[in-house]
Amino acid sequence: MKDITEERYVDGKPKLRRFHQARWDEPIIFELSNEGERGILVPEVEEELKGSVGDVLSRIPGKMLRKKRPELPELSQPRVLRHYVRLSQETLGTDLNIDVGQGTCTMKYSPKVNEQIARMPQVAEIHPLQDEETVQGILEIMYKFEQILKEISGMDRFSLQPGGGSAAIYANASIIRAYHESRGEADQRDEIITTIFSHPSNAACARTAGFKVITLYPNEDGYPDIQALSAAVSERTAGLMITNPEDTGIFNPKIEEFVDIVHEAGGLCAYDQANANGILGITRARDAGFDLCQFNLHKTFSAPHGCGGPAAGAIGVADELGKFLPVPVIEFDGSKYRLNYDRPESIGKIRSFYGVVPVVLKAYAWVMSLGAEGLKEVAETAVLNNNYVLKKLLEVPGVSAPYAKGKRRIEQVRYSWEKLAVDTGVHSEEIGLRAADFGVHYWTSHHPWIVPEPCTIEPTESYSKSELDEYVQIIRNVSDEAYKNPELVKTAPHNSTIHRIDHAPLDDPSQWAVTWRAYRKKVKRDKAGE
Amino acid sequence: MEDEKPTVYPYIPNSVPAVKKQMLKEVGAESVDNLFEDIPEKLRLKEKMNLPKPFVSECALRRHVEGILSKNKTCREYLNFLGAGCWQHYVPSVCDEINQRGEFLTAYAGEPYDDHGRFQALFEYASMMGELLDMDVVNVPTYDWFQAAATSIRMASRITGRREVLVSRTVSADKLSKIRDYCKPQIEAKLIDYDPETGQLDLDSLGAKVSSKTAAVYFENPSYLGFIEVNGDEISKVAHDHGAICIVGVDPISLGVLSPPIEYGADIVCGDLQPLGMHMQFGGGHAGFIATRDEEKYVMEYPSRLFGIAPTMVEGEYGFGDVAYERTSFALREEGKEFVGTAAALWGITAGVYLALMGPQGMLEIGKGIMQRSHYAMKEVSKIKGVRCPAFKSPHFKEFVVNFDGTGKAVREINKALLSHKIFGGKDLTKEFPELGNSALYCVTEVHTKADIDKLTEALKEVVG
Amino acid sequence: MVWVGKRRLGLIVNPIAGIGGRVGLKGSDGEDVQRKALEFGALPQSLNRAIQALERMKSIRGEIEIITYPSEMGEDAAVACGFDPIVIGSIQKGKTTSEDTKNAAKEMSSLGVDLLLFAGGDGTARDVYDAVGRAMLVLGIPAGVKMHSAVFAVNPGSAGELAASFLRGIVNSERDAEVMDVDEESLRKGFVSAKLYGFLRIPYQERLVQGAKIPSSAGDKESMNAIACEIVDGMRDDCLYIIGPGTTTRAIMSKLGLSKTLAGVDVVLGRSLVGKDANEAQILKLLEKRSAKIIVTPIGGQGYIFGRGNQQISPEVIKKVGKENIIVVATPEKINSLRGRPFLVDTGDQEVDRMLSGYIRVVSGFNEQIIYKVSH
Repeated sequence: MKDITEERYVDGKPKLRRFHQARWDEPIIFELSNEGERGILVPEVEEELKGSVGDVLSRIPGKMLRKKRPELPELSQPRVLRHYVRLSQETLGTDLNIDVGQGTCTMKYSPKVNEQIARMPQVAEIHPLQDEETVQGILEIMYKFEQILKEISGMDRFSLQPGGGSAAIYANASIIRAYHESRGEADQRDEIITTIFSHPSNAACARTAGFKVITLYPNEDGYPDIQALSAAVSERTAGLMITNPEDTGIFNPKIEEFVDIVHEAGGLCAYDQANANGILGITRARDAGFDLCQFNLHKTFSAPHGCGGPAAGAIGVADELGKFLPVPVIEFDGSKYRLNYDRPESIGKIRSFYGVVPVVLKAYAWVMSLGAEGLKEVAETAVLNNNYVLKKLLEVPGVSAPYAKGKRRIEQVRYSWEKLAVDTGVHSEEIGLRAADFGVHYWTSHHPWIVPEPCTIEPTESYSKSELDEYVQIIRNVSDEAYKNPELVKTAPHNSTIHRIDHAPLDDPSQWAVTWRAYRKKVKRDKAGE
Repeated sequence: MEDEKPTVYPYIPNSVPAVKKQMLKEVGAESVDNLFEDIPEKLRLKEKMNLPKPFVSECALRRHVEGILSKNKTCREYLNFLGAGCWQHYVPSVCDEINQRGEFLTAYAGEPYDDHGRFQALFEYASMMGELLDMDVVNVPTYDWFQAAATSIRMASRITGRREVLVSRTVSADKLSKIRDYCKPQIEAKLIDYDPETGQLDLDSLGAKVSSKTAAVYFENPSYLGFIEVNGDEISKVAHDHGAICIVGVDPISLGVLSPPIEYGADIVCGDLQPLGMHMQFGGGHAGFIATRDEEKYVMEYPSRLFGIAPTMVEGEYGFGDVAYERTSFALREEGKEFVGTAAALWGITAGVYLALMGPQGMLEIGKGIMQRSHYAMKEVSKIKGVRCPAFKSPHFKEFVVNFDGTGKAVREINKALLSHKIFGGKDLTKEFPELGNSALYCVTEVHTKADIDKLTEALKEVVG
Repeated sequence: MVWVGKRRLGLIVNPIAGIGGRVGLKGSDGEDVQRKALEFGALPQSLNRAIQALERMKSIRGEIEIITYPSEMGEDAAVACGFDPIVIGSIQKGKTTSEDTKNAAKEMSSLGVDLLLFAGGDGTARDVYDAVGRAMLVLGIPAGVKMHSAVFAVNPGSAGELAASFLRGIVNSERDAEVMDVDEESLRKGFVSAKLYGFLRIPYQERLVQGAKIPSSAGDKESMNAIACEIVDGMRDDCLYIIGPGTTTRAIMSKLGLSKTLAGVDVVLGRSLVGKDANEAQILKLLEKRSAKIIVTPIGGQGYIFGRGNQQISPEVIKKVGKENIIVVATPEKINSLRGRPFLVDTGDQEVDRMLSGYIRVVSGFNEQIIYKVSH
């Protein structure tokens, strides 16, 4: 069986895209250094000023003055530019690919107009401590976006301060703790309940905030039994932190009962809405009784993922928890927007200043381009796309969608390649490496792998039917290859920037190297690296 | 259906009615509504959300958003002397060019085979920071300095198995608030006093509070209040003598001229990348770094990702991947694990671009130039009647405290008055550090010219006069 | 003897393993059963299973050497997959016995093979255990009727893959895995009498997956340590702790500085051992004076928490201690390996089994618990 990525035509027709990732063989930037080159000159200091202050460096006590220059590379500006442009070309952004394979990440289109606006001086060149009078525009946008999120979630108060989704989940865990502290029950209520298919940050953040974590496992429908939850709640329950739909794409229809049981036990309920893309305008956190919720603005609300941030998280709470929100909160008196720091019961700061404001701005602009009908259209199309891909993928040999057989999914599906693995010895992560040969992402799933040989596909609303068909066709082709020529898949990628990495040194303290200097010392045993 | 003309949204390809219809048919659903059948009727939102009317054309949207933003006054229109954790430095054009490239801007969590460039760029960022800090391990950035400091403290607590941290009282109130929230309920933060004359961390106070319970001593250089903490050696010695870890928070743009903290005994160094090529963005340009020596006990306690270099099947080819991916924090179970999520990677890449452009000479020149300007500003401002500047008798880097007690005017009033001169005055410290009286924290960087500083001095003279 | 160069794989196929299953006989132990099975037209499954495993090792054919027993005990399977095995020992074709398995295992052990791969069922695992104990690394290709032991891979293919990964040095973790002894004679009569026979060392793969956003959960060893910390921290000095068999419970004993009877039940009071490898009568006697807690972990590959390998903790003991005083410990890995199947109880007393059914809290780490279903 031939590697079809080597052929443009099969049976006289163009088949799959003959992708090849860029390969520039770009050296590590230190290897490009030429002594004396400059990438940029810093502004000169006026002679008069220099004369006035004298030798400032002599004011630094000897031991605090840097003796040895940092061994940074020395490069001209065009060489720096080319280096990084080449590296960027070796990176597969959503702008380039049918990015439905990084399930749970909501890789949707990030509109260019929003990016351009966020880079205007009116956003980029404002200091967070400027007089409120001089930043009314940005405060207005933040305030208005909070109003939008209130309507989307049904919650009463919002904070846009957390620097990402996990930070937002952590902030919610902090608020749960503050709530029980305010009632004198913090010592007693030290357990947070979550589910195994909720995003792992729920468990991790709860634990970081000092809670014990109780995890529920799903039944064959894909969500936990009510009895499991009943066995978990007690006078020690601080709260429930849960995703819905969970990372399987299955919506827990008993969510209201869950919330009631936890409330009955005296706990609070926090809704991780990282998976909100399929339910915008369809169902709301507060209507199911939740006390807290969180949105990831870099996912659901279209801000780009930036190789892993800048991100932003928004947390929403019911009225009685409003007093615990991070400081400051934005208020509007009908004519002016202001920042209120006078919040004695606040959990304090979650991040510097007011959050990742340009991301908030992009989210605001995105909502304002769509409106209520548009947001619902987003959800409906994302769900339609997902169920369409589900239908098509289940026709591919070797794959299944565990739990809730025959039921719909919301915005993503956790698939299993168990049959393919048993039949062919090809594993889910290997399918992903082969998918890379066709220029698309493919992600297995978070640990633990309850679903064997998992992969998670989240089509979002941003791809056309023909693009979704193309993605399915790629996966079908990889499955075919696994059955007919497993070695081809197991030795992938064949069209990547690089070849298979030997991961062993990365786990060996004597060989791992997180910086070039460590690499020179440990691996190259380069004397200059000392 | 026939009468309504449904909107086709440019961002939603399958909003074309015919396509939608075809897809519904494929999945065997009569309507989109059928797809939500597992959401109980009771929880379904019956009415349309009450949201503002959208601006569906890009043209109208831009006009709307830019209209609101036009109410902002920028640091291009005004002369800015605010710092206090967010600083106005010059952002080289290549930094913006690289971080707006769609490939980087819209990538996320792909494998090294999809995203080799992203891995290499972040490895290089860590490597260049490593040179600046003289340390071998640097993380993929976390949210900001606040988070980096709080995580460094938790790392120290896990490594030592101790639950107390001593923090210099000159750190900002906001950062302390973050540290306290994040360390709760495991770790208690106690404050070390400072010398009212010099601002320097009070070694007697440190000596009185340090004990065998101390996990770490945390201080900053330059301090939040702008002066250089000169006794790094002594502070780290006290920490080490008691088996504690020395954590230093640092402004990286100072490191062309100031010693890297490892020189005076730091075990963990943290700080913010914002000065290295990020616009202020109303506080949106922050990214936190954490650096340590390459010792397993430190490496294993990072909650952040660490990208390492590794060989591939082809000799001479560089590959990258996660170092010690299965890191756990069970070594000292009491402190539990932290979490990692999407934080600020693009700013890490940008900081790498910045350092590559600046090189060793650039970092030396910028550090020196900032000091020359700030010292000039201190000298000129101190000439104003009733103004004491700098408030601390210590060497300073780019920020300094200006005391206005002798002018009889409140900082708030002074700053309001400066606005009419199109100047943003320094941060009001009266609530944050009441013991400093009527004081403000001013910041001067390489963006300021002599004329700018003279303009400030003249305006201040007028305002307080 | 010193072996240089290629890594060596020992291969034993128990040719009659699995012969009873297809014809409804519960196991293949005993000559009568084997004869009966053949009369019923049963075909041995183990050869096919062994071939399925070796198929997955073809890619490292040049890097390893297979040492095996003649014809149906391994040679046939190896040759069928294109290997050129070194054949040792001798057998009587068509009339192999458990002695042949034991002899083969011993000889391979003395030849210093890096890994012994055997195709069979629980009985074969017991023979291997009798011959070599925990002295060498082994791995079972599931080919028997009964697969209560945890020494078997999930399926033949994954046995081959794991063996290949181990021989290539990609996998280098090891762990103890239970060998179970379910008496087939009683099973055929309709009741189960199972005990924990011992532990074999198996290679163990902790999957490293690059590119995910969140570090995965802790490894099995770290989890066990965390569980032990959690349990020991909560121990009361005036309470008796009846500690069932298993490696997770062994970690608790290690934390207390006590040695564990791996296949038996130990009793602890005030952090010292008051009953070593205790039987039911001894436990009941100790229970006369004090309140107690039972600490158990699921045994074997099937998730039994009572009634397999810990019958010393009898229905009477359980009733006396009370359901609320049962502490189940299990690493997340172990729970996930059950693939959603519930824990099982089979104490021999239906009333007790019913009492134990429902949902139970499982200590799975430090400050971590799982709510899991128990069925009977």
